[in-house]
Amino acid sequence: MSNQEPDDKVDLEELFNSSGGHEPTPLKERLKRTADLTLVAPARVALTDWRAVVGTVILFGFFIAGTVGVMLVDRPTSGDAPILAQPFENPNYILGTDTFGQPIGAQLIHATPDMFKMIFAGAVVSVGLAALVGLLSGFMRGTAVDTVLMSVTDVVITIPGLPLVIVLMAIFAPENPYIVGVLLGLDNWPGLARTVRSQVLSIREESYVEASRIMGLSTGTILRRDLLGQLMPYITINSALASRRIIFESVGLYFLGILPFTTFNWGVLMNLAYKGGALTRPEMLHWLVFPMVTIFLMSFGLVLFSQGMDSVFNVRLRARHASTTKNDGGAGDA
Amino acid sequence: MATHYLVKRFGQAVLTLVATVTLSFFLYHAMPGSPAESLKNVILSQAATGGTTVDIERLNQLVALYTNVQPDQPLYVQFYQYFSSIILEQDLGTSIYESKPVTTLIFERIPWSMFISVYAMVIGYSLSILIGAVMAFKEKSRFDSVSSSILIALNSIPYYIVGILLIYFLAIQNSWFPYGGRVSSSVTAGFNIPFMQSIVYHAALPVLSMSMLGLGGALTMRGNSVRILGEDYLRVAQLRGLRDSRIATQYVGRNAILPMYTQFMIGIAGIFSSAVIVEQIFSYPGVGLLMYSAIQTQDYPLLMGSLIMFTTVTVIAIFIADITYGFVDPRISAGGDNE
Repeated sequence: MSNQEPDDKVDLEELFNSSGGHEPTPLKERLKRTADLTLVAPARVALTDWRAVVGTVILFGFFIAGTVGVMLVDRPTSGDAPILAQPFENPNYILGTDTFGQPIGAQLIHATPDMFKMIFAGAVVSVGLAALVGLLSGFMRGTAVDTVLMSVTDVVITIPGLPLVIVLMAIFAPENPYIVGVLLGLDNWPGLARTVRSQVLSIREESYVEASRIMGLSTGTILRRDLLGQLMPYITINSALASRRIIFESVGLYFLGILPFTTFNWGVLMNLAYKGGALTRPEMLHWLVFPMVTIFLMSFGLVLFSQGMDSVFNVRLRARHASTTKNDGGAGDA
Repeated sequence: MATHYLVKRFGQAVLTLVATVTLSFFLYHAMPGSPAESLKNVILSQAATGGTTVDIERLNQLVALYTNVQPDQPLYVQFYQYFSSIILEQDLGTSIYESKPVTTLIFERIPWSMFISVYAMVIGYSLSILIGAVMAFKEKSRFDSVSSSILIALNSIPYYIVGILLIYFLAIQNSWFPYGGRVSSSVTAGFNIPFMQSIVYHAALPVLSMSMLGLGGALTMRGNSVRILGEDYLRVAQLRGLRDSRIATQYVGRNAILPMYTQFMIGIAGIFSSAVIVEQIFSYPGVGLLMYSAIQTQDYPLLMGSLIMFTTVTVIAIFIADITYGFVDPRISAGGDNE
């Protein structure tokens, strides 16, 4: 017995020292693999899903309109053009003009940057709060923190969002698009927070998370390594849906005239057209229709994008499209 | 255990109400300027147009009369008075513009808002469950793909734009429906057929556009049903020779609808919220329109009153949903907490 012990030790050392015999993977190769797994493969999956393609194209179009478009098209002012020009008649104002002689297309374009600012602020606030609350209370299940956080969540779920937002808007009358977005995001997070919490609770039971805990990894490391990756699909998809909701609510509030009319906004256009009686006056109809089409396009893009992301985050699909993974489909020719 | 669950839900409902009242009190204080300062300005400007002058003491009395907040008292006294007058006396203050108690104004309107909201909810949810179930049973058929695309497109149209489109096509182009109001002025109010017909006729378009909010549930229902259709216990049920109708309702329907319950509860708050915009578009005189006019006239007591009222109605609706949930899903009242 005692004679065999040294042999065993040598064997074990050789077993665990397997990297000694290999060349270490060069940095270039490792970078290539990372890029392949995190960027190229998801992009390939996305390309096979028409919803992701169309959604991305639409959103990219709005992005171009909000950045390059604003520079190319002059800021519309009253009396730029004849009053109530019909659409598709003059190439200078292809979507027609309103009763102040402002081209409608230019107004739609100049409303886009503020829209993006609102969406950005609102999505960051609602998704950030939701992820924070959900992760915390999921990980501290059963403690006082969990109870308090979930009670707050339930209270915010129950308070009707729009009346609360309207009261806030009426009192503070915010003009900065970021502040409008934050206020709209405030009632938007509880649903996602509950989803994140229940995900955390079920992932916690998985054996690999259990293993990390037994290995003595800190809570922060487990959160970052094991949980966040699993939760990313929910967070991305819900960001898109939260953005859609923020568009709906902000345009709705501008349309009602509750937010101050200090900037161009699709809702402001709709309000002016609707109040002007566009529904009964055919010569004004385009003033109402084009903002509505714009809102539809943007939220359609967001919904398609969120559904396309569903398949991008599907791990099996992604592995099939990655060229550096060996055993699944992709021939390692890259 | 079941009583424990009910007590917990009731406590939650009370907590929500307390939170809303507290929030509305602090919003009075958060208004630009000092506590109720803006309200003083509104009263002063009204007095100026009326040709009367108001001294400080009278002003404070007026503010207290309108809002139940006495600006010259310490903060905790103010909070106590505000809180107790709402909870104990059901006094939400007095409307500045209409000079009537806020509760009177709101209670006149609330049946109408409840009417369209509840019908929108029932119609929207039943339709979405029905469509989702049919889509799941005919998975990958033409009906499935066509209705999926239509539902995604409908999901991208805000309900108020649906409302505008309905007004344009059904009320203005074709005049099949009225485009505003809640009842025709030519019928006499009371318990008679023409009056009730007129109410339904006027409510049809608002209800239709609000029920769009519930339709998003159809895709969830489809997903749940498709998942359950692949379960083993369903195959066992078929092998046992159970009737198809029993399998569809007891096995598939029940298990597919239960996970949507939370979504529905969040939806209740959403549908009551949507009344504010929809009532404005259809000029339907409910609480939402009252709230809208309160903003136009800077009638803060009425505004806060509507917020508290909206929350109360939602809390009651969700509490009812909670109670029924306990009956529908035995796991909940047994005290399980693994949602």
